[in-house]
Amino acid sequence: MFVYADNAATTSVSKTALDAMLPYLTEQYGNPSSLYSFAQHATEAVAQARADVAACIGAQPREIYFTSGGSEADNQAIFSAARLGAKKGKKHLISTKFEHHAVLHTLSRLEKEGFEVTLLDVHEDGVVRLEDVEAAIREDTCLVTIMFANNEIGTVQPIAEIGALCRAKGVPFHTDAVQAVGHMPIDVEKMNIDMLSMSGHKFHAPKGVGVLYVRKNIPILNLIEGGAQERGKRAGTENVAGIVALAAALKESVENMEANTAKIIPMRDKLFAELSKIPHSKINGSLEHHVPGTVNMCFEGIEGESLLLMLDMNGICASSGSACTSGSLDPSHVLLSLGLPHEVAHGSLRLSIGEYNTMEQIDHIIATVPKVVDYLRNMSPVWDELEKGQRPHLI
Amino acid sequence: MALYSEKVMDHFQNPRNVGKLDDADGIGEVGNAKCGDIMRMYIKVDDGIITDCKFNTFGCGSAIATSSMATELIKGKPLEDALKLSNQAVVEALDGLPAYKLHCSVLAEEAVRAAVKDYYDKHGIAYDPKDFPIHDCEGCQD
Repeated sequence: MFVYADNAATTSVSKTALDAMLPYLTEQYGNPSSLYSFAQHATEAVAQARADVAACIGAQPREIYFTSGGSEADNQAIFSAARLGAKKGKKHLISTKFEHHAVLHTLSRLEKEGFEVTLLDVHEDGVVRLEDVEAAIREDTCLVTIMFANNEIGTVQPIAEIGALCRAKGVPFHTDAVQAVGHMPIDVEKMNIDMLSMSGHKFHAPKGVGVLYVRKNIPILNLIEGGAQERGKRAGTENVAGIVALAAALKESVENMEANTAKIIPMRDKLFAELSKIPHSKINGSLEHHVPGTVNMCFEGIEGESLLLMLDMNGICASSGSACTSGSLDPSHVLLSLGLPHEVAHGSLRLSIGEYNTMEQIDHIIATVPKVVDYLRNMSPVWDELEKGQRPHLI
Repeated sequence: MALYSEKVMDHFQNPRNVGKLDDADGIGEVGNAKCGDIMRMYIKVDDGIITDCKFNTFGCGSAIATSSMATELIKGKPLEDALKLSNQAVVEALDGLPAYKLHCSVLAEEAVRAAVKDYYDKHGIAYDPKDFPIHDCEGCQD
């Protein structure tokens, strides 16, 4: 049985999105910037997509900027706020320790340029505290950027509360919502979000297209110079087919959100319930504040990459925060930010479930993971020491 | 191209000589759980020949495959030959490893040396300490 359980990494393109985009690769290939009527079909399609995306998040069409993806959107939001803030003498940014690297690496670059960055703790449950955000805001803070939902452990942050706080303090608020858009209700007005990043391929659009939402009175700067596309804020001929697909996929996800969630949650909960029966395992992150589909657990005494290879041999696609899967010596910064010891973080497994998964597939995962964990533990000198009491169990 | 060669996947899926030797003459353990890989190598020695060899490994696919291959390369060989086993020899026998996984082969080489050294220590056999350099695992220092 083949089970794709890595929907937080990417998703398949939905039939709706594919059908919507295909004409713009074949018959309607005009450049939206061209004058003749043939190209106007493409121009109109992009305009309609912009309106559709805006409607899905409670924004105005002119507040939607199409980008190449979530990383570009994060970069543009953060660099813009920093550079424009610096002009007013504001060179302090606030974020969290467990953001995506598109945010963290951008912040590191700004630090090297002389900006000051406060990275807030996310505590054991993977949820930032409102009072920590409030305490960190200073006179010279030019941006608060906090992710909507974490990509590895799926914990959801108190976005509306942070939005209200930032609004009251007059500080711009950006959220990397790549893991939440299409999966959870989002209203940028009600949540007081000033900037928001999304990525199409996380909700059944193709890879290579994303969105930066920017509230109309918030200024931004270009990352890419060259043309007047996207109201002059993002040059480059529009990825028309990708943009059309993103809008179609987002509309479909938002329309079906309730039904999808109702289907996904029982599958996720069964995974949590059954995999927790494995001795010395641990669920990572608060279950109370959680996206529907993400399951992240640690199994003591084993290493994540060998776990993934064994699951792959059994037809299961999953991911891990172990060092070996990242190509570095350290395990995932997300798991370390929860205070997990390195030894435990190496043995992590992320399964991310979508509406295309079935309960039969979940049962296959539940039948396979305990066997694989057992097999690897039997081979592991660490497990041997844990079982003999020569090494204390950490979980 | 796949991450690992067919040989690596074979040794990962069907590791040779996995397990413990309760009556081992030498046991070597290298690595660190914090780093994400530990290898423990057991050897049985008779008349200077490694007559049996087993391993336990906590680590990624290439850590398991290099341990498995190392046991195959030293089993039935004189101790002197085992000491000459280089990480390159393990990598070549596995038809290569990705660059960032080469440290796994170094661990396999060191695990073999550690087991031989333990055998020498336990049996009061003199050796040149230069044959057993101590490697610091950079990045793992607390």
